Amino acid sequence: MIQYAAIVLFVLGLYGLVINRNLIKMIVSLNVMEIGLNLFIISIGFVYDGVAPIITSTNTVGAVLFVDPLPQALVLTAIVIGVGTTALALAIAKGFYTRYNTYDLSKAEEDL
Amino acid sequence: MKLKNLLALFVALLLSLSIILALSNNTLFPSFGNVDLNDRVSGEYLDQTNIDDVGAANIVTAIVVAYRGFDTLGEVTVLFVSALGVALLLGSSAKQKRLELDFKPNFMLRVGSRALFGIILLVGLYIILHGHLTPGGGFPGGTMIASAILLLYLADDRFRAKIKGFKILEGVAGSLYVIIGLLGLLLATYFLQNFLPSGTLGDLLSAGIIPIIYILIGLKVGSEISGIIDNFLTEEESA
Repeated sequence: MIQYAAIVLFVLGLYGLVINRNLIKMIVSLNVMEIGLNLFIISIGFVYDGVAPIITSTNTVGAVLFVDPLPQALVLTAIVIGVGTTALALAIAKGFYTRYNTYDLSKAEEDL
Repeated sequence: MKLKNLLALFVALLLSLSIILALSNNTLFPSFGNVDLNDRVSGEYLDQTNIDDVGAANIVTAIVVAYRGFDTLGEVTVLFVSALGVALLLGSSAKQKRLELDFKPNFMLRVGSRALFGIILLVGLYIILHGHLTPGGGFPGGTMIASAILLLYLADDRFRAKIKGFKILEGVAGSLYVIIGLLGLLLATYFLQNFLPSGTLGDLLSAGIIPIIYILIGLKVGSEISGIIDNFLTEEESA
C-alpha cells in the first residue's frame, strides 16, 4: 500500500513541472518526478523481513530472505542517468540566464 | 492563473488515482512485500551456484557489472555524453576564469578544507575498492571523489583543478573498460566475460574483473563529475 505514496510523489513532480515557469523550479520538479519513480521501482522488489542482497557469513542463501536485487541495480542506473540529465538541464538554464538575464520563461517571452 | 493551477492539481491527482487503481486491481502486480523471488529473474541471481560462479558478495554489484556489464558501459557512455554536452554549452578551456565567490575565504578555511579533502578522497577510494563486498561501488565512490573537488572549489576562490588531467584520466578509464571487454572476447567467448579466477566469496581480491571494472568506473565518474563542476564554476573572460 505504501508504494502508492511514490506514485503521488511522481504526480506532484508532474504538477510542479506544469505550473512552474521558472527553469530552476522546473528542473527541481523533474528531479522530484525521478525520485518518485525510483522509489516505486525499489518498492516493487521489497520482501517482508528481507535483508539487503549482500552475502555475509551469517546472511547466506537459504538462511535469510533477500530483497529483490534487480530493481536496485536498475535504479542505480536510473540515478546516474538522472545526474547526467540534470547537469545538462542546468547548463542549458545557465546559458538561458546569460542570454535573457532571467530564469523565468514568461519574462523572457515578454522581452522578445 | 490561480484557477489554472487548481485545475492542474486536480488533473494530476486524478492521474495518480487512476494509476493506483489500475495497479491495485491488477492480479499480475504483486502486493507490497509479498513477492516470491523464485517467480522472477532474480531467483537466478540469488542461486548459490551462480553466486559462486560470479564471486561477488554484493549481488547488486554482480548484476550491475557482471550480468549487465554491457548495459553499464552504455550508462557510462550516457554520463560521458552529458558531460560533453555541459562542456559544449558552458565552454571549457584552461583559459577560463573562476567565478567570483561572494565572500573571501580566510586562511583557516583553505587549510581545513585541504585537510578534509584527503579524508573524503580516501573514503571514496575505499568505497570504490569494496564495491563487490559492501554497499557502494564505482558510481557512489566516484561521486564522492568529485565532492572532494567541489569542496576545494568552494573553499578556495583561487583554486582551479588541472582539468586536462581529468580529461586524460576519463578517456583512459573509458578505453580500458572497452579493452577489458574485448579481452573477454579474445580469451573467453563473449564481450565483457570474466576471464580471471573468481576467488573466494568475500575476499578483497575476488570476483575476477568486477573490482577492476568498478575502479575504472569510479575514476571515470569522478573525473567526469569533477569536469562538470569545473565547467559550472568557471566562465569565459569578459573582454
